[in-house]
Amino acid sequence: MQSKVKAARPQLLRMSHIEKTFRGDVVALRNLNLAVNQGDFLSLLGPSGCGKSTALRLIAGLITPTSGSIDWQGGKGDNDLGVVFQEPTLMPWAKVKDNVWLPFRLRGKSYGSVKDDVMQALRLVGLEEFQNAYPRELSGGMKMRVSIARALVTRPRLILMDEPFAALDEITRHKLNKDLLALREAIGCTVIFVTHSVFESVFLSDRIVVMAARPGRIIGEVNVDAPYPRADSFRTSPDYAASAAEASKMLTRAMEDAA
Amino acid sequence: MTVQDIEQPVVDTEEEQRARQKQITKIARWTLPSLVLLVVIGGWQAYVTLAEVPHYILPSPWLIAKTLVTDWDVLWPALVVTGRLTSIALILAVLGGLAIAIAFTQSKWIELAMFPYAVILQVTPVVAVAPLLQIYVDSAFLAALLCAWIVAFFPILSNTTIGLKSADHNLQDLFKIYGASKWQTLRYLAAPSALPFFLGGLKIAGGLALIGSVVAEFVIGRAGTGLGLASTLLEASYRFNFGRLYASLILISVMGVAIFGLMSLISHLCLFRWHESALKRED
Repeated sequence: MQSKVKAARPQLLRMSHIEKTFRGDVVALRNLNLAVNQGDFLSLLGPSGCGKSTALRLIAGLITPTSGSIDWQGGKGDNDLGVVFQEPTLMPWAKVKDNVWLPFRLRGKSYGSVKDDVMQALRLVGLEEFQNAYPRELSGGMKMRVSIARALVTRPRLILMDEPFAALDEITRHKLNKDLLALREAIGCTVIFVTHSVFESVFLSDRIVVMAARPGRIIGEVNVDAPYPRADSFRTSPDYAASAAEASKMLTRAMEDAA
Repeated sequence: MTVQDIEQPVVDTEEEQRARQKQITKIARWTLPSLVLLVVIGGWQAYVTLAEVPHYILPSPWLIAKTLVTDWDVLWPALVVTGRLTSIALILAVLGGLAIAIAFTQSKWIELAMFPYAVILQVTPVVAVAPLLQIYVDSAFLAALLCAWIVAFFPILSNTTIGLKSADHNLQDLFKIYGASKWQTLRYLAAPSALPFFLGGLKIAGGLALIGSVVAEFVIGRAGTGLGLASTLLEASYRFNFGRLYASLILISVMGVAIFGLMSLISHLCLFRWHESALKRED
């Protein structure tokens, strides 16, 4: 199903035959097989309860699979992950720059030694001048930008995003979608992006993995071949409509299966 | 000051009314309680004078004020004694409460084993415990200190314990993902999350430390604490020196208010930059 271009990318991690059962009987994931390649912008798209967040938590190492394995290319190192949650999840008592410093700080790096990286991350999300602000002084969209800066400041191999823009208004969301793509162009990271919005997934990703619920499983994959960088005009192009239609159809099937 | 003095661009009637209301409330916040105080003191003075109430039943405010000045040589050392007992008890309550709270959150087993006893220690009235302390603890000062400590440490313990556990779940996950050590999680996440809770407990503990000290002075007496305000009060009551009794009482109250004010100030200084409770809402 994968297009040739993407198959040529070196693999970053592979999830094989993953099963996850909660409390003995709730099957969150059944036989999940997924290969993530370097440079992928991969969306996990599906209805609530399809296990997309569970998959993310498995990759993050917050939970372990009941069976199956997750193999990182070259083994899992300590700088493999950056995470953006649905909420900005900033420390309210810390200034913006200190929030972004956190991943370094937890690795024992002084602020002085990583100041340039912190500033560059803030510049990338356009918030350099807010470095000394407290989170409460920022709008929802700006907080999310800080959260993104924190996720990418260490330049991890993979950035996990769990419905990061779901709580934002449409206009802010579109703006952040565009900025996220620009960011990715700038630093070339791999992203796994969980969403339940078809349109968001089509605009952002080159791979959309569609999942169904009860039990959580992958039912198909849609490739969006439109080249990056993608402008706003992409949203009105026939390619966009075709991919959205394909993903929607698959999603509808997912919902029917579940019902 | 009138509404016109407040610099505002275009104001409609509603805004104008709101501004005036705000101004009135601001003035009333100070004037109303002061007025109540004046009326009560005036009424009190008038009653005592007109009904010729003897001073050993109810001293007049004027007599109390005079006593505050004339007996200052007795009252000031007493104030120092009670103040010292209260502050040492409070400091130890903070240290103890924090230490136990951290132990509780670091080990579930310690909490399961010990928490019920912390509660029992708290709910048993300190007045009933104090005489026992006097028997078992040789040093009377230590007994008094323990008495005040028992009352004061619990709000610190229970608030801090809740606070340490109340860190945002996603942030906890983030710390886990970044491989934070237990110490790092405590220092950078749990402790700042617990700060508002701890400060809430501190405000209560400040008042309770004073109450504990007063109880200790009553029960354990001057042998342990020296002549504090509460013992002075008690002694004055035996001698029907009601002027001094009321003067001591007033000083105890003033001390309570001062402690509360100080704790509120500390709390404000710690939180005003970032915490919701310390933010002024903009209309």
